[in-house]
Amino acid sequence: MNKGLSTTATRRGLLLAAFAGGAVRPAMAQGANTLLNVSYDPTREFYREYNTGFAARWRAQGGEAVRVNTSHGGSGRQARSVIDGLQADVVTLALAYDVDEIAARGLIAADWIKRLPNNSAPYTSTIVFLVKKGNPKAVRDWGDLMKPGTAVITPNPKTSGGARWNYLAAWAWLMRRPGATEAGTEAEMVKLFRNVPVLDTGARGSTTTFAQRGLGDVLLAWENEAHLAMQEFGAGNFEIVHPSLSVLAEPSVAVVDRNVDRRGTRAVAEAYLRGLYEPEGQALAAKHFYRPRDAALLEANAARFPKLDLVAIDDPLFGGWAKAQTTHFNDGGVFDRIARAAR
Amino acid sequence: MSASAAAIDPARGRAAPIRAVPGFRTSLGITLLWAGSIVLIPLLALVLRPLELGPLGLWESLTDERVLAALRLSFGAAFLAAAIDLPLGLLLAWAIVRLRFPGRGALDAALDLPFALPTAVAGIALTALTAPNGWLGAPLMAMFGWKVAFSQAGIVFALMFVGLPFIARTLEPVLRDMPLDAEEAAATLGASRAQTLWRVVLPALLPTLLTGFALAFARAVGEYGSVIFIAGNMPMVTEIAPLLIVIRLEQFDYAGAAAVGLAMLALSFVVLLAVNLLQRRLRRGRL
Amino acid sequence: MSDGTIRPERFQPAWQDRPWIRRLLAVAAVLVALVMLALPLLAVFVEALRRGLPVALDAIAEPDTLAAIRLTLLVALVTVPVNLVGGLAAAWCIAKFDFPGKRVLTTLIDLPFSVSPVIAGLVFVLIFGAQGWLGPWLQARDIQVIFALPGLVLATLFVTFPFVARTVLPLMQEQGRDEEEAAATLGAGGLRTFLMVTLPNVKWGLLAGVLLCNARAMGEFGAVSVVSGHIRGETNTMPLHVEILYNEYQFAGAFAVAALLALLGLVTLVAKTGLERLSGRNGNLA
Repeated sequence: MNKGLSTTATRRGLLLAAFAGGAVRPAMAQGANTLLNVSYDPTREFYREYNTGFAARWRAQGGEAVRVNTSHGGSGRQARSVIDGLQADVVTLALAYDVDEIAARGLIAADWIKRLPNNSAPYTSTIVFLVKKGNPKAVRDWGDLMKPGTAVITPNPKTSGGARWNYLAAWAWLMRRPGATEAGTEAEMVKLFRNVPVLDTGARGSTTTFAQRGLGDVLLAWENEAHLAMQEFGAGNFEIVHPSLSVLAEPSVAVVDRNVDRRGTRAVAEAYLRGLYEPEGQALAAKHFYRPRDAALLEANAARFPKLDLVAIDDPLFGGWAKAQTTHFNDGGVFDRIARAAR
Repeated sequence: MSASAAAIDPARGRAAPIRAVPGFRTSLGITLLWAGSIVLIPLLALVLRPLELGPLGLWESLTDERVLAALRLSFGAAFLAAAIDLPLGLLLAWAIVRLRFPGRGALDAALDLPFALPTAVAGIALTALTAPNGWLGAPLMAMFGWKVAFSQAGIVFALMFVGLPFIARTLEPVLRDMPLDAEEAAATLGASRAQTLWRVVLPALLPTLLTGFALAFARAVGEYGSVIFIAGNMPMVTEIAPLLIVIRLEQFDYAGAAAVGLAMLALSFVVLLAVNLLQRRLRRGRL
Repeated sequence: MSDGTIRPERFQPAWQDRPWIRRLLAVAAVLVALVMLALPLLAVFVEALRRGLPVALDAIAEPDTLAAIRLTLLVALVTVPVNLVGGLAAAWCIAKFDFPGKRVLTTLIDLPFSVSPVIAGLVFVLIFGAQGWLGPWLQARDIQVIFALPGLVLATLFVTFPFVARTVLPLMQEQGRDEEEAAATLGAGGLRTFLMVTLPNVKWGLLAGVLLCNARAMGEFGAVSVVSGHIRGETNTMPLHVEILYNEYQFAGAFAVAALLALLGLVTLVAKTGLERLSGRNGNLA
């Protein structure tokens, strides 16, 4: 009965799709002239602009017309969709961990991170604070977030990649203090999460809660999200605070080997990712407040991207994503303990 | 395919109950095919998948403190919301059937709004209303210090919204068809209006109230779209069970996600079955 | 026998409350409806028009939005007929026949109401996903179920499953079996009895059920969110598109699409109320 259901439903779906005049094409009908980029939440504006430019450049280089579709959402959810069969040609996700999960199911070659320069991360970002104009609570650094009476907005580290970076940045700052212990750091993290009134499921939800609903004194946000929020909600209402130490977030990009080989889109998919490292891609990344890899370009935008002490995920403090994920974020991990104690 | 009036059921080898109306087998066949393929088989996947964890793993997966807190919250808030909706729904149904006032037609049409409004839209709208800077949230905060959005109260409010039409709409036709002469007779026999309502009207409505309650409760337990915006999603405090399912999915824990789903389903099924049985006893007792 | 319709009377019958009580109840009902029903709807429209009507209309005329509208209508177009046939069959066989397991079947029909939409999406991922039961088989044949139209249809079918059966069942139960038995005695077959006797008796309830089913099919969010894949212009239904616009800080656009959905819902509801009025006038419910 099950099989019958699936095939009749498919057939019926196709028939109706045909009736709809091709307006709604099932994913399977997509040919080599479309490319699907499965990405995470805060890259929407950047890739929308990049896609248009890429299509034009690809045409100019003698390629056939290509239309790039995008799908955005929480990084973990997007990775799961690709694992469950979403026909992504390329993934551009928030964390290497999420790409690793896809690779672990054999959809992407295991050595993906070595295939493109800079750990397959064409741009980087970091975590900053967004506060109300004038910084009424005088929030300067991570230590200020643990003071009673300062309401902090961050998404849920369980569901949001950005929130994991928020958490790890705070953790790193605490651990770098002289004489810091893990137990002491955990106790401070409890104080931090006691100050969190809402845990939205994604970075975008948190920005809305802070900027639109007026909740909280500090928003922990991606650097690019913070700039975008200033643009969208009025630069006069907020200001950005750069803490003394933060994390080096390297959003990873990869070609989904199994899908591009089946669909015959490898050439265009690889060109699409390579383009991110080329001057046009780098300039666009900087324009959308991602820190470009191009040193000269980064220097030229030094006012926007002040030099910070940035801790990478491979730092012994975290030991790479796989370890950080199991230690901190999996069920029964450190974050669960903190959330429970902060109640 | 249509069955004759008195068929011999070969499986049992005795006469099946005499059916005066034909078409039993066809209609049952369609029903089973429909319910089986759309609901039963998919739910089978939900039942079988958690078994991968083994009995011990399943038990541990479900007795996790956070899972228990989320289940308690989902079921508790749904129960409370449905309970508050009972008098409100009765009031609305009564107003539509028994009263005449300007705007009654609009009220009648608006009653189904929670059915028609996409849950995510409802969630965003309700959050905007009840946030500390919202139309409702600001005065409630100023006057009583009540925090609605991002608290358990917000969850109950959202669940009340989605559940309200279930109760009012279940009551409405019964109220409409309720013979008025029983009330007349009670009045003639000297009962006060309050006595009539309490002794005659309410008992007659009780089975329907139960149905409405069960539907509103069942709908509210699993609600996701409208709650997720308003809840605040703090672990152990305002984290609902469906969110836990999503969280587990994002950790690629399919079996664990299905386990929470299965637990919710089992609990809901027990509640619905209990209500159905209770209702049958009430009906029998009345007749 | 009173027929249940109420007309203004010159004297006050015993079943009617005193005028001040009636007025109080009416005011209370209107207040409840205002806070619980009208205010959220009003919020949607106010937000939609915050940047003016042209912005709202532009958001709706955008190609991705139009694709979402088409997809939503298409999903409803497939879903509603299937649940119409299934729901009618289920209501008929529960109302007109006795058989073992009837109560379980009745409960089963309510079940999708209580299954979280998230679970409704999840089960289809468990079956049709690449890691699911049929995933490898489907992939080998290049058939896409989830993250494509069939998955959206299946999830919507599941969520809107009870509506028709639930609205028709009480009506059929109320009418009993006498008429059908009479028709059968006169030699009518099952289908004929159903079409000529049962269906006319429940047609208004049925239409109401279909309209509700349709409204829910167009508005479903949680379940389709799990199986959609969120590809702009390809697998986004209207409610998902609302979320996307909202997440892109296009609040006015998000609420404009939401308002359009709400309007579709309102049209549905007005049509349904009209139908019920009509049925009352014709006295078909007797």
